[in-house]
Amino acid sequence: MKRCLIVDDSRVVRKVARRILEDLKFDTMEAADGQQALEQCRADMPEAILLDWNMPVMNGIDFLRALRREPGGDRPTVVFCTTENDMSHIAEAIRSGANEYIMKPFDSEIIESKFAEVGLV
Amino acid sequence: MNSSDFDFVSGLLKRRAGIQLTTDKTYLLESRLAPLARKEGLASIEDLLQVVRSRRDERLISQIVDVMTTNETFFFRDKTPFELMKEVALPDLSSQRKPRIRIWCAACSTGQEPYSLAMMLEDNPVLTKGAAVEIVATDISPRVLEKAKSGLYSQFEVQRGLPIQMMMKHFKQKDDLWQISDKIRSMVTFREHNLMDQPTMFGKFDVVFIRNVLIYFDQPTKSQVLDRVSSVMNPGGYMLLGAAETVIGISKKFEAVKERRGLYQAVGGANKSGIRAA
Ligand SMILES: C[S@@+](CC[C@H](N)C(=O)[O-])C[C@H]1O[C@@H](n2cnc3c(N)ncnc32)[C@H](O)[C@@H]1O
Repeated sequence: MKRCLIVDDSRVVRKVARRILEDLKFDTMEAADGQQALEQCRADMPEAILLDWNMPVMNGIDFLRALRREPGGDRPTVVFCTTENDMSHIAEAIRSGANEYIMKPFDSEIIESKFAEVGLV
Repeated sequence: MNSSDFDFVSGLLKRRAGIQLTTDKTYLLESRLAPLARKEGLASIEDLLQVVRSRRDERLISQIVDVMTTNETFFFRDKTPFELMKEVALPDLSSQRKPRIRIWCAACSTGQEPYSLAMMLEDNPVLTKGAAVEIVATDISPRVLEKAKSGLYSQFEVQRGLPIQMMMKHFKQKDDLWQISDKIRSMVTFREHNLMDQPTMFGKFDVVFIRNVLIYFDQPTKSQVLDRVSSVMNPGGYMLLGAAETVIGISKKFEAVKERRGLYQAVGGANKSGIRAA
């Protein structure tokens, strides 16, 4: 089973995402900010990461840049999932190593479609 | 809705658009006609139908047909048709050194299908080996064509089926919406066309996408539509159907391409070995 780390400071968003991803047959893990996520990845690198942008402690983009420098950090497929919905944010995310980008609000169809885009489902 | 009203509307839809409506779709009829009645300043669906019956109001009839169409679509829907284009149809067509490759999207709805093709062709010029490509996209519904021409899509729509890299390359943000580039828009010509009519005005085509529309027609109507399609195709031209559609038992004018589900060839063209009949 593929593992997906859900990184979002909102418990509600994490819960919704977890339901959707479990339906897509993912094992899920959760982190509430970039720092926590990075520690989890160091301990156990997941195959996929669903990543929010604005979070306390360490935001999504800083996490992503740090992740990509970690040993094995090039492997997870990273899908941003954020309310930042303008082209400059999207471009920055892709430049920093994101594989796909979801603009909130999301639903199961969008998650499935975007995960399919990067070969995760 | 009483049964005579149901019969009246379903008869109208069948005659005008070929669309078959069974009584289990009464709720659909009601949910779509009620807003139309309101918009027309009429008190109820019964009143709306009364006006249509007594005045034979063509404008209203067209609007009823329009609201009863199902326009569900998204970018690169089902993926395989686009792969079949890349892997089979376009290599074959471009090897014939045609100066132009002409594609018809019949029942294009809000434009995602023809625009997906246009983006794919724009991003892969080798596919057409320098041949000019023309995409004609048609639908019965003026409402969806209007939107298709505008090239404007909601955040939800651009996230269905469209890879982010393609969105970044071919779309611009416009307030809450996303607009496809002028370049891609200029590659597609949108026209109103009812599949119940002979499509003579558009010339001959090398590829026809007619996806997820035959499902609304009964068997004889499907046959007639496919006959009409075949009459505007170059021999050996390719047709792509929706995932739930087939020509088997419906038309002898097309042959299924072996091991390529959903891809058909107009009879009278290249045989299996790819050698063109005289
Ligand atoms: C479900 S959409 C399919 C869109 C697209 N081809 C796809 O596969 O995603 C069906 C479309 O068929 C159109 N349609 C229904 N009856 C038609 C007719 N008689 N002539 C032309 N278009 C028709 C509807 O207006 C609607 O936009």
